Amino acid sequence: MTNFVVSARGLRKAYKNKVALDGTTFEIPAGRIVGLIGPNGAGKTTALKAILGLIPFDGDLKVLGKDPRTQRDALMNDVCFIADVAVLPRWITVAQAIEFVAGVHPRFDAAKCHRFLEGTQLKPGLKVREMSKGMIVQLHLALVMAIDAKLLVLDEPTLGLDILYRKQFYQRLLEDYFDEDKTIVVTTHQVEEIEHILTDVMFIRDGKVVLDAAMDSLGERYAEVLVNADRLDAARALKPIDERSLPFGKTVMLFDGADPARLAALGETRTPGLADLFVATMKGTYA
Amino acid sequence: MNARTDIDGLDAAPRAPARTLPHPTHKLKLLLKREFWEHRGGFFWAPIWAGGISLVFTLMALVMAEVGLRRTVTERGGIQVDGQVVVNGLDLSLVTDKMSPEDLQKLADGISLSTATAMVWPLLVLGFVVFFYCLGSLYDERKDRSVLFWKSLPVSDRDTVLSKAASALLVAPALAVAVGIACMIAFLLVLSVFVLIHHGNPFALLWSPGNLLANAGMAIATIPVYALWALPSVGWLMLCSAWARSKPFLWAIMLPVFAGVFISWFDLLHLFDLQSSWFWKHVVAHLLGGVFPGSWLGAMDLEGLNASRLGDHLAALKAVYSVLATPQLWVGAVAGVAMLAASVRLRRWRDDN
Repeated sequence: MTNFVVSARGLRKAYKNKVALDGTTFEIPAGRIVGLIGPNGAGKTTALKAILGLIPFDGDLKVLGKDPRTQRDALMNDVCFIADVAVLPRWITVAQAIEFVAGVHPRFDAAKCHRFLEGTQLKPGLKVREMSKGMIVQLHLALVMAIDAKLLVLDEPTLGLDILYRKQFYQRLLEDYFDEDKTIVVTTHQVEEIEHILTDVMFIRDGKVVLDAAMDSLGERYAEVLVNADRLDAARALKPIDERSLPFGKTVMLFDGADPARLAALGETRTPGLADLFVATMKGTYA
Repeated sequence: MNARTDIDGLDAAPRAPARTLPHPTHKLKLLLKREFWEHRGGFFWAPIWAGGISLVFTLMALVMAEVGLRRTVTERGGIQVDGQVVVNGLDLSLVTDKMSPEDLQKLADGISLSTATAMVWPLLVLGFVVFFYCLGSLYDERKDRSVLFWKSLPVSDRDTVLSKAASALLVAPALAVAVGIACMIAFLLVLSVFVLIHHGNPFALLWSPGNLLANAGMAIATIPVYALWALPSVGWLMLCSAWARSKPFLWAIMLPVFAGVFISWFDLLHLFDLQSSWFWKHVVAHLLGGVFPGSWLGAMDLEGLNASRLGDHLAALKAVYSVLATPQLWVGAVAGVAMLAASVRLRRWRDDN
């Protein structure tokens, strides 16, 4: 048995008029925080649903050594997910939610959950329908973080939240949950907010993984250079994958695998942000 | 508790990855509890309201009767009972004194029957509650997407569907019967006051074991028959609930009704030897009305029942259990189980959220 938490080979899933997964292949080792990033409709959610055994698909997929299509019930003891904001049932109260999860999940620690809720406005009798979006996510996160799962899947967990809740969400996840035995897979459009917590990043486009790399290896492969107007032609000869103009005649160019020494001669270099890399990789997606 | 939390807090500080040891779970109990939390209004309060309102009507009728009685009494100066004039109102002790044993038995039967009617409203409401509960049971969670939360927990689709079916077939009827029994008691209390006003003995007249206990026992004994009889209906409604992308109510009604119309049409043309009335009675009515208590009346063996002995509970119980001898009940139950199995499969793979 491999020590991969997820290993997918040739996943294929077609909806009525669209191919969502097209030979998707990737592997996720244990103890990582992986960002699954792609434009709308690229197949992110479909990939996560496949991992969670929520949909039928073709191909080879093992999650914690199990096939999510046939062994979902056993798998869910070690896998947890937050699908989206506001999927908690609206009638449930804080106390009922804790009682229910404690009663059905063998690895749920109710004391831990209560500790996470200390200092929040979430009182035991409060119903989900009376909560703000941010409070619902607080509750959901507290429930999920009190579960000692091996794999946590987050699909747009902070969509529609204000920046205070968003920051708090990822901070709690890092401080109170993540350790070397846990693996987190997260999709989001707010790339800038999660890039500093990711250990790995995966870009997905039209159902295919187009980039799969550790965050610290990005700096070795990609470089961003601030090029002066007089060196534009020399820089373009090195085939940048993207360029954008700044005011005052400077141009930022993004290079993939170019010689660092030659780039340094062109101007100031730095490691590109994930957002810029994403934009460059996904060029022409909606064309 | 506090001390423990503090220690945990200290432990957590140096970020030791504390493993949570697996603890035992009580999935079925929590699943049933969850259904009750969500549907407390239908399962518990609706029968209470129905019973309460019917009690208020009973009370109003009694007060009106009382007022009417007193008016005639004061106008005529008395009421004629077996040639004896009773001044100042109706004297119930005299009534019971003058009755023959057969008449007394008839009176007891009549009182027992009218006591049982106190349960009619809670049980009628039960039918509606179960009908709409089943229709929403697997549809609402998809509509509000909370199914994604339930599915993030280690609870199988089979257990979830079973807990919902059990809520419809056993929990809701048991609660409605309990409320119905409470209504009978309240009804008897109201009648006792009426009887006392008229110098009757409510213990002899109303609180005989043949009345309350027999009626309550009968209601409880009927629950298993209800569960088996309602199984195809619950299965069908839950199947529609799991399958429909929208408007499960319309699908659940229209499919059997159109099938019935279709068959009736062929019947008219004499193309096939299909019995359309049989289909309407045994398939359409059972699928849609099976959740209503007493809808098995048509399948009952009524021979043991004697019209002159309406209070004979043993005979009535025998008649109710005679339904267990009909193939319709068992064929329906098997079909119900099959439809529940199909609902489990649909819930497992349905992907529209």
